[in-house]
This record gives sequence, structure tokens and C-alpha cells, in this order.
Amino acid sequence: MGATPEIAVLDSLIAQRLDAILPQKIEQAMQEREQNRTPSMAVIATKGTLDWAYPPFILGSTAAALGWDVSIFFTFYGLNLLKKDISGLKVSPLGNPGMPMKMPFGPDWFKGINWNIPNLVQAGIPGFESFATTLMRKTIKNNGVAGIEELRSLCQEAEVKFIACQMTVELFGYSAEDFIAGVDYAGAASFLPVAQKADVSLFM
Amino acid sequence: MNFDQELDARGLNCPLPILRSKKALTGMSSGQVLRVISTDPGSVKDFDAFAKQTGNELLKSSENNKEFEFYLKRK
Repeated sequence: MGATPEIAVLDSLIAQRLDAILPQKIEQAMQEREQNRTPSMAVIATKGTLDWAYPPFILGSTAAALGWDVSIFFTFYGLNLLKKDISGLKVSPLGNPGMPMKMPFGPDWFKGINWNIPNLVQAGIPGFESFATTLMRKTIKNNGVAGIEELRSLCQEAEVKFIACQMTVELFGYSAEDFIAGVDYAGAASFLPVAQKADVSLFM
Repeated sequence: MNFDQELDARGLNCPLPILRSKKALTGMSSGQVLRVISTDPGSVKDFDAFAKQTGNELLKSSENNKEFEFYLKRK
């Protein structure tokens, strides 16, 4: 049975009607979906110093506070951030020419001085790293900024997913006992699909 | 303005005012109002964004002598 003229007319009418009402329906459905979906973020954390510990935990906890789904993948030195005791995280002044060096104590005019100690001196003097770390911690505390331990627990309370890179855990000779509870162990192949769907993907 | 719970976030900086508020709100019932006092100037925009993103209505946002006051209604 071929296309009779009546069917052709019917088809054309249906096509016209669909053209008229579909765009609006689709637009509406898309807007509804947009409003109801939960934003998500995927972070890859690769560094383990005090200054690099802040970005993943601050972004993670804030996004979670905004109701987002957050996953943080810790790999290489980022694994440092998952250790049970992170009170020993250090700031590395070496290779950080952008780091402001102001003393967090003393009268205001003293606090305002930018010491700008050359890299060579920083690298050469033993104990400088610890000194810089102590000053950084004091500055952070003075400014009412949260400590890393607090930020990390806030993340976990807000159900931010912590994923440790299984491969690097083995590479560095770590085991699950070295890390806090509540961490998943997975590889890149498990994490990439999460990152693919996420609205925001950050590498730090 | 009436409120059911108060959060003193003075001296705390980003993102603590928001994080503490979220925690406080989670423990409250729908419709209750949380009053937050903060000294962080950045918190003005933060609370606006927080309210928009989470659906907890920001009933009032005001400044008084370098202190910022926010009233959030639990969704």
C-alpha cells in the first residue's frame, strides 16, 4: 500500500502541528531539567603542601555547602592530604616567588613590611621551611581562616567524596591504615566518567 | 525581625560563615529563621549566592558598623 494522497496530507498536517508546538515543549522540558539538576564538581588534587591543601578543601566544602555533588581525587602528593595526621603539612617557600612574606606579629608598621627573601637564601638555610610554615599558620589563624583539619572534616560531613588513587598509594608504599576513614580507592578509569559528567572539573 | 536560632560568625572568614550556616540550617525545621552575624565583607555576596543556590531564602541582609547581619529561612 503506497502513500495515498490522504496520508500525505495527514503527514503534512501533523508535521506542521509538531513544528508549531514542539519547540516550546522542548524548551520547557529543558528548563525544568536544568532547574532540577544538581550541579557537580570533580577536583584532582596532586599537591601535598599547606598552601596547596587549601584550594581542594575550600572549594570542596563550599560547593558542598551550596548543595553540589563533589568528588575529590587525590593522587601523588595529594595523598598527603588524606593522612590521619596532617598537622605537619609544610609550606614550601622554594620556587614560590609570588609568596608574600610579612610577619604575622608585632606592631602594624612591622607587619606591613614585605621581606622578600631571595630564593637562594630560602633554599640554603636549614629550617627555613619550618620557619615559613610557622609564620604562614600564624597568619592564617590571625585572619580567622579555618585550619586544614577543620576544612577536611567539614568536607566529609558535607559528604564530599574522597577518592585516593590506588596506583599512587601502592607506588609510595602507603596502605589504607595511613589514611583517614571514609576514603574510596580507585583509578583514573573510575574517576574519568565522574569528571565527564561534572559541571566543573579542576586540576590542582 | 524574629529568628529561631542565632549564629555568631564574627572573626571567621570565607568559607566558614557559609559552612557554619549550612550546618546550623540542617539542624533546623522547615520555615525556621537563622540569624547570622559576620565580620567578613565577602560574606555579603556569599550569602546571596548561597540563598539562590540552596533555596534557603535570604530574608534580610544588612550592615551595621562593619558587622553584617543575615536572616535565612530554612527551606
